[in-house]
Amino acid sequence: MSKRPPEKTRFDVVGKPRRRVDGRAKALGQLRFADDLVEPRMLHTRLLRSPLPHAIIESIDVSRAEKHPGVHLVLTGKDFPIPYGIMPVSLDENALALERVRFVGDPVAAVVAKDEQTASEALDLIEVKYRPLPTVGSPEEGLANPEPRIHDYGEQGNIHRNQSYEFGDVEAGLAAADHVFEDLFFYEGNTHLPMEEQASLAMIEGDGKLRISTSTQNPHYLHRQLARVLQMPASRIRVIATPNGGGFGGKCDPGNHEFVVSKAALLLGRPVKICLSREEVFYQHRGRHPVLMKFRTGVDRKGKLVAMHLQTLLDGGAYGSHGPASTFYTGVLTPVTYELPRFRFDACRVFTNKPACGPKRGHGTPQPRFGQEVQLDKIAEKLNLDPAELRLGMVTKPDSLTASWLRIGSNGLAECIRKVVEISGWKDKHRKLPPGRGVGIACSTYMCGAGVSIYWNRMPHSGVQILLDRSGQVAVYCGATELGQGSDDVLAALVSEALGIDPAEVRCITGDTGITPIDLGSYSSRVTIMMGNAALQAAGRLREQLASVVAESLGTLPAEVVFSQGQVFAARDPGKTMRFVEAVALAEEKLGTLAATGSYAPPKAPGKYKGAGVGPSPAYSFSACVVETEVDPVTGWITVPKIWIAHDIGRAINPVLARGQVIGGVYMGLSEAMMEEQAFRRLPEKLSAALVHRNPSMLEYKSLTALDMPEVEVALIEDPDPNCPYGAKEVGQGPLLPVMPALANAVFDAVGVRVDEIPVTPYKVRRALEAKAKGEDPRVGPTEFPKVPYPEPIFVLPPWEEGDGDAEKGDAARARSEKRRAAA
Amino acid sequence: MMRLPWFEYRAPASVAEAARILADAGPTAMLVAGGTDLLPNMKRRHQSPSTLVSLRGIEALKAVSNGSGLSLGAGLTLTQVASNAAVREKYAGLAQAAGLVATPHLRNMGTLGGNACLDTRCNYYNQNYEWRKAIDFCLKKDGGTCWVATASKRCVAVSATDTAPMLIALDARARLASVGGEREVAFGDLYRNDGIDYLTRRPDEVLTAIVLPEAAGWRSTYWKLRRRGSFDFPLLGVAAAAKFAADGTVEAARIALGAVASRPFLVPKAGELLVGRKLDEDAIVECAAAAASRAKPMDNADMDLYWRKDVAGAFVGYALRELRGDDMRAERMKVARQTLA
Amino acid sequence: MNSVTERVVAVRQNVHLRLSVNGEPVEVSFAPYKTLLEVLREDLGLTGTKHGCELGECGACAVRLDGEAVLACLVLAQDCEGREIQTIEGLARGNALHPLQAAFADCGGSQCGYCSPGMQMTAAALLERNPDPTRQEIREALAGNLCRCTGYEQIFEAVERAAGELRAAK
Repeated sequence: MSKRPPEKTRFDVVGKPRRRVDGRAKALGQLRFADDLVEPRMLHTRLLRSPLPHAIIESIDVSRAEKHPGVHLVLTGKDFPIPYGIMPVSLDENALALERVRFVGDPVAAVVAKDEQTASEALDLIEVKYRPLPTVGSPEEGLANPEPRIHDYGEQGNIHRNQSYEFGDVEAGLAAADHVFEDLFFYEGNTHLPMEEQASLAMIEGDGKLRISTSTQNPHYLHRQLARVLQMPASRIRVIATPNGGGFGGKCDPGNHEFVVSKAALLLGRPVKICLSREEVFYQHRGRHPVLMKFRTGVDRKGKLVAMHLQTLLDGGAYGSHGPASTFYTGVLTPVTYELPRFRFDACRVFTNKPACGPKRGHGTPQPRFGQEVQLDKIAEKLNLDPAELRLGMVTKPDSLTASWLRIGSNGLAECIRKVVEISGWKDKHRKLPPGRGVGIACSTYMCGAGVSIYWNRMPHSGVQILLDRSGQVAVYCGATELGQGSDDVLAALVSEALGIDPAEVRCITGDTGITPIDLGSYSSRVTIMMGNAALQAAGRLREQLASVVAESLGTLPAEVVFSQGQVFAARDPGKTMRFVEAVALAEEKLGTLAATGSYAPPKAPGKYKGAGVGPSPAYSFSACVVETEVDPVTGWITVPKIWIAHDIGRAINPVLARGQVIGGVYMGLSEAMMEEQAFRRLPEKLSAALVHRNPSMLEYKSLTALDMPEVEVALIEDPDPNCPYGAKEVGQGPLLPVMPALANAVFDAVGVRVDEIPVTPYKVRRALEAKAKGEDPRVGPTEFPKVPYPEPIFVLPPWEEGDGDAEKGDAARARSEKRRAAA
Repeated sequence: MMRLPWFEYRAPASVAEAARILADAGPTAMLVAGGTDLLPNMKRRHQSPSTLVSLRGIEALKAVSNGSGLSLGAGLTLTQVASNAAVREKYAGLAQAAGLVATPHLRNMGTLGGNACLDTRCNYYNQNYEWRKAIDFCLKKDGGTCWVATASKRCVAVSATDTAPMLIALDARARLASVGGEREVAFGDLYRNDGIDYLTRRPDEVLTAIVLPEAAGWRSTYWKLRRRGSFDFPLLGVAAAAKFAADGTVEAARIALGAVASRPFLVPKAGELLVGRKLDEDAIVECAAAAASRAKPMDNADMDLYWRKDVAGAFVGYALRELRGDDMRAERMKVARQTLA
Repeated sequence: MNSVTERVVAVRQNVHLRLSVNGEPVEVSFAPYKTLLEVLREDLGLTGTKHGCELGECGACAVRLDGEAVLACLVLAQDCEGREIQTIEGLARGNALHPLQAAFADCGGSQCGYCSPGMQMTAAALLERNPDPTRQEIREALAGNLCRCTGYEQIFEAVERAAGELRAAK
């Protein structure tokens, strides 16, 4: 018989609506964000940024700025010779430009002064001589102009990443399909627009170590890069992730400003702060890549997918950022929602002279999801099928493999579709509403954490330490970072559930590389699953320690000790009980100081081919969404009265927060779908070489206001996943993904026109309506896909074609693939 | 954090004192009332007055007085204007226009006079100093080229005031004071079609009051096109006022447009062709076409410029149907995301 | 010394002001170019008031000035002589949360919490003039406060719950 106390089946905390652990501090305005921090003798920093999109720096004269009264330090690129980057394959950034600027807004120099006003004045006194270079404004231009190269690394010319994967013989599959649909889509770039502008405060602590408190989602990765750039042992650096005022992926990359204030604090021995202006936040960016997509999709006569060839072209901006991963993500999750026997995807990321793109909520997957789900709507229309039924008929199965060897665990997609169809009244609305009104449906999936770390290692992805003492206080330490998503609340909930105590007894200490065990960061929807599993392991170990000690007093076996509602008792004799705090005291007496750690690393993925590391996850969440629209037939004006969404969350730890994440995701999706654009403009070529952000302000970068956001009805589908803590899957990113295609499909249902690009705006709708009125193709969207020199695909046989998960060579494998298909 | 440049602060207690300061300081002094237009501009270094003359403490600028019409102090906030009972009853279009400006906070701060004198706007101009440097500036400020129309000698920055077109349609007059005395001008005469020199107000004058004429028999309405339900400046403002006979025949009508030129302006023909007719569909279509033909949006604001021109007629139609007495609440809700009840 | 230099020296001095913050008289000395936002955060240490754009485009810095919700980033601090300012730090009643604060914490009204102070100060002004607002009236009152996390719905719900509690307490 096991000595372990029994696992929970009935919950005290999990699943119950509850005030989040940081709710009080937030409501009081007491939470200290990075720019709220103040230290004695603190100095302030402003960055000088390039006014040119692409240029060689010929000289920088900082002498006048240095002499300006109140200025303490001026830094330039020569102070930062060592490059960095979030991914080891793209170490292509310098804190301040060394010899070249690559976009308008690229930081060139920094002034540290007694206050921001003085620092700003001194920026005007820095003289930089630039030699302008030709610019690349789009991936198409980048492909056409390999010289000059924006970076001297990458695949070739201005191509940063270029790749191709084929799972089964796709051309043969398409040839055998009853129908082949070929569609082009474009998804404009957009940005995170967190309410909080990034800020950092660096100082030297009393023990002589560098400390930086900063709005970052990934203190661990920043920690590593600081050590690299500053050439200091990481053990002498402490990164504290302050509570983020929104992240959405925008605070994942190390930022130039973080290195600048760290260096300045080291040089001056004084606390040094920076807070980016809103315009600078648009330049820091790392947001959604603009992606052009081409789908060639073969289906049988019932509309079921037979094979798909997806090609994507990403506008990467001026730096690598997460680009290598983003490039993969425009393809890898495509086969997870519906059974897809054969799949090929080619993806190419091109450098351009614009702020770097990177990970935004959904990272690389909203763009192809939009294309795929709109194309399915077209397939249903053409074959006269119900779009919901079409999807329902081909959802992937639980515990299955995709053609690309991703292992899907629990899968609530079918239930999501059924639920959203029911609550939205889909069957009474689709193709049945009066002209000008319509509904659209779309589905999606997302990872619960990336299966591999950003840098190669065999260590845990998340670590949690719990300390107990006779006071009854439970202190939980983890490197995970609170962005507003509620990670501290998840941590408190899981630990308190496992120990049978009130969450209010738990103190969470998170996101501090100086004192918390390493967690890789708050990205890829990994925290609930990875931190959660680590927390449950740590709590389980403590429960074992406590049970081993209290069993005797309770007259039972350790395996029969139950922890619940602040009490510890014998399972068979609940009358025998003691308070949790008494149990801790007893254990402290017997075992000494009480602590335990837990750690988590995701399971090994079945795919063995090179590149198989991107896409695997311990579990996948699923969503289905219905959007209703009213479209004015004259102006094209779009109104969204209501949105329904069902999300397969596995289990909701705190339903208030889970619902909030779903609605928040729907909000961000709808805002992208209707208006958000990180767009750029050139000026007339004869007069100017400018290449500038069109709208780097909260006013002109449009996001939905309280008046524009429709009501959202949320259904949480709880299909617990065995890989997840108490079965809980992600909810932070998935619910955003189906909104954009559902909106576009709803516009079609309302007025019979297709807008095959995001955002879907009234003027595009009107243009398509005009085309329709003239009897032309009632569509607005891309019409051409450029010639991209994609490489020969890495060929992998799907699991059902006798593949082994590894790449195969040559025509023999294709022949085997085709033989299998013909036999099937 | 974006910060204001250094300046000297003056807080006169009377219009006369404010006028005296302006006269003494010359054009380096600027008036500030609500601050919602000037202060962002100062933070972006569009304007760097050496002296700021705050009008906040001048009680006379907040006066409301009933005469044959209604006189509104220029220092009334937009919230006060939108909720003023007399305005709502007799000049509903003005309450709507004021109520659709920006956001609730900005309406609590911004004044009627300030909105009327709003600086013209342009996507190449309403940017931070650093951004404008990256385009080598523009004609309106610090540069030599209008990037919207590179051949243009004239700045085409757009008038983005919501209240001014409505005040023009209501045939209001502006009262201005300086050390030399007071004068009154028809509201339309306060503006020039020049993105830089867009006001006929002299730098030494204070806009003190807006005088509305007798409103018996008149109905008015304002329709605003913008992307979102709040924050955004107008991409088109349609201000319409009409005087009806008991049987619904139009006796007089004034249609003014905002946000489609460097000034708000009346389209006399659009109003005249309604006179003597009832607002039937034919009249509405004719009037809408006449008014819309005068809308000349430029590519210097949000959304597609051709679309903005294309939908002008539809917006004039909304306004006229509301004047006719149609229940336009559903349409208003879609367009404005609020009922303006 | 020429007259231009004299003038710059004259202007570049702190100014001194008396005002009332959260019901308490306060005297403060600050650089004259500062807005109320800067004075609250930097000179009075009241960092509960946030900033997201400093141009009046987001609502994060909303405070109450003589009872009305305004944007601190566009209020000249020098215009505040003798006026009454309420910030998020002045909303709670002793150690007890104001009903709005409790509702925001309980209903999911705060995710990252960065827009919450501005939202709550705006909502507090609304509930004072309209104790029983409809959902649409709440939307309109909060139309100047951007939120990137919540999608607003749980904020509306929080305001509705707080309104109910405030009415019940009367």
